[in-house]
Amino acid sequence: MDYGLDTKSTRLKTFNTIFIITWLLIACFPFIWTFWGSFKVRADFFSRSDWWYAISAFNTLIETGGQFTTNAYTQAWTEGEFWKASKNTIIVTVFVVSISLFLGTLGAYALSRSTEKYAFWILMAALIFRAMPHITLVSGYLFPFFELQIWGILPTTIVVLVAINQPFTLWLLYSFFKTVPKELDESALIDGCSYFQAFRHIIMPVMWPGVITAGLFSLMLAYNDFTVTALLLNQENHTMVPKIQSYLGTNQHEGNLMWAVSAVVSATAPLFMLVMFFQRQVISGLTAGAVKG
Amino acid sequence: MPNKTFFWFFLPTGLAMILFIGLPIISTGIQSFYAQHDQVVKEVKKCDPFGCTVSIVVDNEETSKIREAKPLGKFNGFGTYTDRNHLAVDEIKKFWNETESFGAFVDQVTNLPFYKALIFTLTYCLFVTPNVLLLGFIIALSLNAVARKIRGPLIFGTILPMIVTPLVGSLVLFWMIDSQGIIGANIQNLMNDPYLSLKSSKTLTWITIIIYGIWHHSPFAFVVFYAALQTVPQEPIEAAIIDGASRFQRIKHIVLPHIYPVVTFVALISLMDNFRVFEPIIGFSAEGSAQSLSWLIYDNLVNEEVILFGSAAATSMMTIIGIAILLAPVLIRTWKEFKTAR
Repeated sequence: MDYGLDTKSTRLKTFNTIFIITWLLIACFPFIWTFWGSFKVRADFFSRSDWWYAISAFNTLIETGGQFTTNAYTQAWTEGEFWKASKNTIIVTVFVVSISLFLGTLGAYALSRSTEKYAFWILMAALIFRAMPHITLVSGYLFPFFELQIWGILPTTIVVLVAINQPFTLWLLYSFFKTVPKELDESALIDGCSYFQAFRHIIMPVMWPGVITAGLFSLMLAYNDFTVTALLLNQENHTMVPKIQSYLGTNQHEGNLMWAVSAVVSATAPLFMLVMFFQRQVISGLTAGAVKG
Repeated sequence: MPNKTFFWFFLPTGLAMILFIGLPIISTGIQSFYAQHDQVVKEVKKCDPFGCTVSIVVDNEETSKIREAKPLGKFNGFGTYTDRNHLAVDEIKKFWNETESFGAFVDQVTNLPFYKALIFTLTYCLFVTPNVLLLGFIIALSLNAVARKIRGPLIFGTILPMIVTPLVGSLVLFWMIDSQGIIGANIQNLMNDPYLSLKSSKTLTWITIIIYGIWHHSPFAFVVFYAALQTVPQEPIEAAIIDGASRFQRIKHIVLPHIYPVVTFVALISLMDNFRVFEPIIGFSAEGSAQSLSWLIYDNLVNEEVILFGSAAATSMMTIIGIAILLAPVLIRTWKEFKTAR
């Protein structure tokens, strides 16, 4: 802690440095290792004889003639149809983010400006909905969706993900809207604006940081989801995460496990870049609900 | 805001939540009282020169006809709840009467699928949640002592385990810990046991999944605690330093009380998330030795022959009840606060 009066002993400082380095190693090394291994052949990354092969690339040299190979990537993206999965992921993510932001900002604005009792109960209900394990909801969807014959297609999944995401988005945006002073929209109302005009022209322009944060979280939910996409989409429409799982299932294919490795790297890289870019928003989103109580 | 305006503003999101969160819960409730139809069998008489034999075969046509007429299945009441795969009432009674010692009874009961899953889920929650709080707090304290300039990248590195999806996170760890991975192979060398592997031992599997849980959830606790630490007032701490309080005393008597509300928030969120543990079981391919409630539901829903809607729904309802029990203290407290505030 950085207090003026506080003097830290060197021993404490060294201990602190060692601890942080150890933790960062635990947190990051698995990703670095997987990234490194994705450019090897299976016999090296999952070596039966010697784990050192993953570093010395013994079999990779024999099989491909080089230290590194991008075979796993090219095969997964073409033969493994990972391109299709990533296309589906992009469609799902774009729609989920835009729809849930549209619904969420409207609802959260209303909640933050209402003084009625029911606003409190709605927020409580949202908290309970937030706690529902997604798989229990999915077990409720499957049967009606089969009967209505809307199972397996992307629009259904998009709507479901939007709905599942609403409780969190509402809470997040609610706490952001609370920080925007009421006087701002009240003065607009006095000037003759309708509530919607005040929302559209006065409040939204100052809300962008909150909207970006909420958007990022919707994006992470849609992008990362496994439970809903794996069970509500058919093979053709699978997004990236269920696709990765499907590579694991079949062990006959020599290449398949390496497909999964390269697919994991391909799916994680954009996410990491995004978070690197928007790190501040992610952290403000996680703490928005907490610090304000 | 007038009620009418509120209604129109809230309608879209409210409708989405009612249709796709509220109704599915009701749908799950209804489904849990039905079970899939039995297969219709018919007797087939087959005659050949050596005489006639009567064999029983499944009448596919009739079966699918019944399934189409009543797709929900046959009404089963609480039958699914009490069957062997769920609460197993009869089996427990039997074990109670037959086993000699209490230990043997517990042994028998914990081998039933539902109780097995329940015990794993609770063990996971019990070990992961406190450790997540502790580790997150220590990392937050520790990073807070680092020079401001380099904090950015350090925070980025710290939150990586949290932002990847659990399936990917557990796969990435599994590929290292597996007997053909870097850590697994080295442990085998170290222990001098070429057959030591994750899959061979139930305890090892549980420990690995719990470690994974701590690894995955600690960053969340860290981020929240780190933000809360920024709001701790400096004056009382400076006063405590002048009064000669040790570092540990300062944390215990000033920092912790200040961030206490945040601690309960993190504990609640991580308890809710841990209770639905599911993806790591698939990532670690640990179905054999570790099953959670969510995994049981998933397993019923991906069943090859007939999707066991009723069975999945019954487990779902009991999971929801579990969540309600977990949430009850918080809800009651909030309600009391709300009442006194009025």
